[in-house]
Amino acid sequence: MKRAPKDVIAGARTVSRRALVVGGVQLGIVGALGWRMQSLQVEQADQFRLLAEENRINIRLLPPSRGLIFDRNGIPIAANEQNYRVVMVREDAGDVGEVLAKLTEIVEIDPRDLARAMEEMRRRSPFVPVTIADRLSWEDVAQINLNTPALPGIQAEVGLSRVYPWGADLAHVVGYVGPVSDYDLSRIDDPDPLLQIPKFQIGKTGAENRLERTLRGTAGTRRIEVNAAGRIMRELDRQEGDPGKDVQLTLDSRLQSYVQARLDNESAGAVVIDLENGDLRAIASAPAFDPNLFVRGISVADWTALNEDKYRPLAAKAVQGTYPPGSTFKMVTVLAAMEAGVVTPDETVYCPGYTDVFNIRFHCWKRGGHGNMNLHESLKQSCDCYYYEIAQRVGIDKMAEMARKLGLGVRHDLPLSAVAEGLAPDKEWKARVRGEEWRIGDTVNASIGQGYVLSSPLQLAVMTARLATGRVVTPRLIRLIDGVEQPSGLGESLGLNENTLRRIRASMEDVCNHRRGTAYGSRIIDEAHKMAGKTGTSQVRRITPEERAAGVTRNEDLPWERRDHALFVGYAPYDNPRYAVSVVVEHGGGGSAAAAPIARDILLQAQYGGPPPLEAYPAAVRDRIAEQQRRIEARVPQGATGRSRV
Amino acid sequence: MSYLEYNTKYVPTGFRKVLHLNWAIILLLIAVASAGFLMLYSVAGGSMTPWVEPQMQRFALGMVLMLIVAMVPIWFWRNMAFVAYGGSLVLLLGVEFFGEVRMGAQRWIDLGFMRLQPSELMKITLVMFLAAYYDWLPNKKTSHPLWVVVPVVIIVVPTLLVLRQPDLGTALLLLIGGATVMFLAGVHWAYFATVGGGGIAAVVAALQSRGTPWQLLQDYQYRRIDTFLDPANDPLGAGYHITQAKIALGSGGWTGRGFMQGTQSRLNFLPEKHTDFIFTTLAEEFGFVGAFTLLVLYLLIVVFCIISAMGNRDRFASLLTLGVAMTFFLFFAVNMAMVMGLAPVVGVPLPLVSYGGSAMLVLLVAFGLVQSAHIHRPR
Repeated sequence: MKRAPKDVIAGARTVSRRALVVGGVQLGIVGALGWRMQSLQVEQADQFRLLAEENRINIRLLPPSRGLIFDRNGIPIAANEQNYRVVMVREDAGDVGEVLAKLTEIVEIDPRDLARAMEEMRRRSPFVPVTIADRLSWEDVAQINLNTPALPGIQAEVGLSRVYPWGADLAHVVGYVGPVSDYDLSRIDDPDPLLQIPKFQIGKTGAENRLERTLRGTAGTRRIEVNAAGRIMRELDRQEGDPGKDVQLTLDSRLQSYVQARLDNESAGAVVIDLENGDLRAIASAPAFDPNLFVRGISVADWTALNEDKYRPLAAKAVQGTYPPGSTFKMVTVLAAMEAGVVTPDETVYCPGYTDVFNIRFHCWKRGGHGNMNLHESLKQSCDCYYYEIAQRVGIDKMAEMARKLGLGVRHDLPLSAVAEGLAPDKEWKARVRGEEWRIGDTVNASIGQGYVLSSPLQLAVMTARLATGRVVTPRLIRLIDGVEQPSGLGESLGLNENTLRRIRASMEDVCNHRRGTAYGSRIIDEAHKMAGKTGTSQVRRITPEERAAGVTRNEDLPWERRDHALFVGYAPYDNPRYAVSVVVEHGGGGSAAAAPIARDILLQAQYGGPPPLEAYPAAVRDRIAEQQRRIEARVPQGATGRSRV
Repeated sequence: MSYLEYNTKYVPTGFRKVLHLNWAIILLLIAVASAGFLMLYSVAGGSMTPWVEPQMQRFALGMVLMLIVAMVPIWFWRNMAFVAYGGSLVLLLGVEFFGEVRMGAQRWIDLGFMRLQPSELMKITLVMFLAAYYDWLPNKKTSHPLWVVVPVVIIVVPTLLVLRQPDLGTALLLLIGGATVMFLAGVHWAYFATVGGGGIAAVVAALQSRGTPWQLLQDYQYRRIDTFLDPANDPLGAGYHITQAKIALGSGGWTGRGFMQGTQSRLNFLPEKHTDFIFTTLAEEFGFVGAFTLLVLYLLIVVFCIISAMGNRDRFASLLTLGVAMTFFLFFAVNMAMVMGLAPVVGVPLPLVSYGGSAMLVLLVAFGLVQSAHIHRPR
């Protein structure tokens, strides 16, 4: 088709005109794009830069090494052990099955671990290291390193795990660590990011738990660059954290180990206090358990066994168990009475074997009665009627006040789990808690440490320490934190009549060293190390009048749970006290027979700083003691194997 | 045969044609392609492989094709327009039956030595055929309804075929490119106003039909629209592309992080970093300055095309030049708008910069047509 030149020119003009329109629109769009570019790259640049950094930078925590716990002599009681594990990186391994087959030829690996590792490798990205086996020996690791060329993708890594060289001997004091659980996180208000690390080990019980913040340290951080798949490209920088602080306890691990061994086969608690500064030299609860079991993850069978044992191995009886103190409470009663001036030391009270309070008859342990009793004789022979009488004169409130002054019925602040408060009852307490009026019979019962009175071995030891020194002795468990000495536990004078205290100490001395004393059988004959003390036997059942008429059933004939608790509190040397001790043997029978010998052995061990010579014992018992010493000597601390001892 | 009416003796012949090439456009094309090589080198982590070398080879091949096409007189190409369009249509139909499904879309046809995207080809041949049509059609008939229906059919047939693949981006490009040529040819404003209004109505209908039995778009297309409207809604799913692209762009700032220092692309946060999203890497590493410079380079190519077209009295030549310029413009404008979050994510590459064969070759051949129109313009 031919075009007229006019048409051609008109057409070209239209095109040009419309091209300008289109060009204008295009320019407008380019302007919009440029404006958008400007807004993103200039105005919001900082915000996007931040987002880009968040994309690429991950912060990883570097867990600090946990602080160590030492005994007073610098012997580790909670240490960190190097722990070897072998990990596999799937993408480096090539044929995973083949490499694992070779690995199992070199080291023994639990097939269940292997299956779990295979499963985890399937799930995770190929570059993530997956743990194949944990807690390998150094020999295994050496073998693996030797065979590296044949094991592509396999690496041996080293980590730290907690170990308790003394095993069960310090279990209740040190406690144990375990992986942080959801329950822990819900219970403790701690923003520390370390707790968010899976399986991070925190203190679960005992000092490990109560000193957690001190021992844990602070996390270091590592800033790493990751790609979109999470693969680590490089480390940008690293900031080391602070390792946990070391703690030195006042405990003497050798003494502790001895006490633990001495309590073996009993359900018992014992506490030894150094009177110079309140240092707790030993806090033993028997039976015990091996805390190392918990660190590795305790098996169901072990856990069930520990839980169902009627001797309750998991309970820290020395600080957590409360018992009627029995006759060991008599010092409190007599001190309260003397301080109140309602009786003088030489004043006598007649003991016919019983006391009638209104129409209720309270019996003395000696059916025939003790006759005329003063302070000295009543304590020495542990006459009950004397205390029934003076308690009625002084009243329960003054007795409770004295008990608290001596450290009973108050919670001592120690870094341990569940430190018991015990109970020093008074009228206000009974009205408040029981909603009942205090009766005179309650006072009579309390006078000999029965009824409502409850105390822990720790409290009894503190009471004894205060009686022996006349000063406020506060128990101390931590000697040093990070090398810094903690305040001494030896405080001001109690402000008690020194003469009364002297009389009480003299009768406690006779309890152990006078022929008619209740603990004469457990005396120490070495003059420089002689012991003073008080026995106690506390009932856990009510003896009915019919039973009494028929003749009280002998302890040995009762089932274990219904036997009396055996108690003893004492100190030594009697003329210049250095150590105070308390022993409670649950359902052990009589204090003089079951508890006093243990206390004697502990005090000798403490004073000699090791096994005492047989000459310290009366000739009659030396053979038995020698046999006992051999038995304890041969005993290896539980859980302390050669390898884990650091 | 309108050329016979002009004095063709001034049209350069033989080697002298080279002197009459539109060198400004050639230099701009080389500059843009070089920016592409640089970015492909960077996203490969400082390596010529796997992208830069093939891209350079294709660019060289494309430039040679462009020069060959440029040497051939424009009237030959006008005569070939129907054949080219018909061929492209056949290939599109071929994709329908023999195409390879890739990335969820059926777009490629394997020719043995290379995989061809017929839809790419169609972008140019459609423009070419429309230009030839209006060259043939007398001016008076341009706005006659009957003669408006013909180009509409020419446009709609390939558009529907591309939409079936499914490739919404290319379909829109074809539609807009074709409509632009119609507009330039002088079709009456009223038609565009009507279609524009209808288009808006259609968009509303498409959005309203969602979830009903007569739903007009595919589910994934709706999701892309959702994501475009609110990328934060689905940061790890479909919105991931847009969010990460914006982070990359924005973190570039004024001058960028420096060559090969872009963390977003180097650490693989960016998807399709060497193809559709390559602009984000450039913007991250060279900042606003680099990104805006590229935009200006693109704009200059379009401007030189418009200048060339306006100085050309030949109807086919000027319509073809403007049509190619519009197609080229749509490529980079849609791609940039997409990565900057101004348009939904549709698979449109950044022309000459994104890694990819057929788009680059087709574009360079198209610029060969522009050059031919420039050289053989009536004087």
